[in-house]
Amino acid sequence: MKILVIEDEPQLLNNIKESLEKEKFLVETASDYYSAIDKIFIYEYDCILLDIMLPNGNGLTLLSELKKKGENENIIIISAKDSLDDKLKGLALGADDYLTKPFHLAELNARVNAVLRRQKLGGKNTLEIANIIIDIKERTFTVNSKDIVLNRKEFDIINYFLLNKNRLVTKAALAEHVWGDNADNADNFDFVYYQIKNLRKKLHSCNAEIEIESIYGIGYKLIEI
Amino acid sequence: MKLLNQSIKYVSFSILAIVTIWAGIFYFNMLNEIKSSIDEGLENYKRIIIQNSQQDTTLLSKNYFDESFFTIQRIEKEKALSVKDRYLDTVLYMQDADDDKPEAEPVRMLITAFELNGKFYELKVANSMVEEDDLIKELLNDTIWLYISLIVGIVFINNFVLKKLWKPFYDFLSQLKKYRLGITQSLPKVKTKTKEFTDLQNAVNALLKHTTETYEQQKQFIGNASHELQTPLAIATNKLELLIEKGNLQNNQAEDIAEVMSIIERLVRINKSLLLLTKIENKQFLDNHTVSINEVVQKNINDLEDISSFKDVKIHLKEEAQLSVKMDASLANVIISNLLRNAVFHNNTNGSVVVEITEKNIKISNTSSNLKLDEKLIFIRFYKPGNKSMGTGLGLAIIKAISDLYSFKISYSYNNSMHLFQISFTE
Repeated sequence: MKILVIEDEPQLLNNIKESLEKEKFLVETASDYYSAIDKIFIYEYDCILLDIMLPNGNGLTLLSELKKKGENENIIIISAKDSLDDKLKGLALGADDYLTKPFHLAELNARVNAVLRRQKLGGKNTLEIANIIIDIKERTFTVNSKDIVLNRKEFDIINYFLLNKNRLVTKAALAEHVWGDNADNADNFDFVYYQIKNLRKKLHSCNAEIEIESIYGIGYKLIEI
Repeated sequence: MKLLNQSIKYVSFSILAIVTIWAGIFYFNMLNEIKSSIDEGLENYKRIIIQNSQQDTTLLSKNYFDESFFTIQRIEKEKALSVKDRYLDTVLYMQDADDDKPEAEPVRMLITAFELNGKFYELKVANSMVEEDDLIKELLNDTIWLYISLIVGIVFINNFVLKKLWKPFYDFLSQLKKYRLGITQSLPKVKTKTKEFTDLQNAVNALLKHTTETYEQQKQFIGNASHELQTPLAIATNKLELLIEKGNLQNNQAEDIAEVMSIIERLVRINKSLLLLTKIENKQFLDNHTVSINEVVQKNINDLEDISSFKDVKIHLKEEAQLSVKMDASLANVIISNLLRNAVFHNNTNGSVVVEITEKNIKISNTSSNLKLDEKLIFIRFYKPGNKSMGTGLGLAIIKAISDLYSFKISYSYNNSMHLFQISFTE
């Protein structure tokens, strides 16, 4: 899988590159409008991460150029502007997702994997990992062909972990993804812990061959047993 | 007190003083004038009498006042020599058509002495005078009328002329009263040729322009600063996330990193809240639709369910009416979710939150171990009582900014150990 990251901030670019390389993606980078244009028109990518504000050009212009060309790459916009306008404009121009800075690497990783997963499944909605089948559209969770009832939030947690398989998911990233602003309070990490504890119990009792590991009390990692 | 009435007050006092003094001086001057002209007449009369008495000696024995107003009496030489012409005000009994009996009437009397054929006589000549009390009465009467007509005239001038002159000023003032920094687009302006008013207008507008510029710059600065912080904060968080993923950390090192991460998280939250505040103040949310507050509340209670049940806080919703408000949907959500989150997070175990929706209001009250809050301070940015909370200190400031944007009224009260926040959605 080849990914192009277009971002002008070198440190952020390195972080994203390093994180994506852990996923065994082939990562290429561009840090201004012209080098981005060059790369986009010469090579093909599975996914492009696009910063809207670039030196000597706007990411949105680049996006429309790309769509004019008839390319079908997956595009995720990364922007420091949390503006609904930009988001709608970006999505209307054909972007697949829109991520606002600052973000957790787990969140970026989940978005990239979700976009690629959609492409890979090609219309199918089910995903198999170990002895588990997860239906993303129907929101069902099956272990050894047996339906396990998960509530809405539990399903979101599992799905998020699966998109970040073998990767660190911090409590903050998880809380933000699943509970949104409602959990943006540091003293609510106990609450996240409590939810994970319940989920672990469920996974254990149905003999699921996945496990949610604790990482230094900062976050978790989903692994196959 | 209005300027108009103030000026009437001062003018009427000063006119009262001026008219009173003038009346006094006028009275004495007039009296003197009358007396001196009577005195001239008496002098003349005296000469005629003395002349006449040389021919008609019977006159010399006329020692009472009759139709001719004089008496002559023989006196000693010594006494006569010491007599000097004296004019005095005295009374004589007189009777006229409307008097039943003689009445004392004021007269001017000249007392003098003369010598005739070696004999000395005292001559008293009288002439009737104006009655002083009548004069005073007349004068007082006229003065009062003068005073009244002056005041009426001044009130008239004030009301019709001054009001007209001051009109540009009052117009300017009413525009200034309605002026809201950062909201009103145009500067207050009136058409006038009065120099004082154009000066005032220029001075005020220069001040307003400067203040608006400062205000805009400050707003822009907060917005830009927050915006510029997004990327470094992203870099910092991501670096730490990568560091943890690398492993090989001691537990205490990991704890330190966790602490730094939570500090960065807090910075991110403060930053996001500041950006939101700036956007609200810049009116970047004005996608107004009719929003059902009932639905927003239900959705938020639903979203908070996990956390509230984890904290053992019960949320009771009392919907007495359907409340719809014309406003930006995302801001409606910010208001409700901030209030509900506060009510849940600042609660105690086994506590409760009561949400009451009426036709025009929403009331959100909660139990808490915190004591009464200071309603004057809680809506100020970064105010954090006790400094315990990990919050941004901006939640209520954001609610206040949204309420101000739409002219909603927000109030806080503390009753029966419940903290109550109420928003009235009436303008």
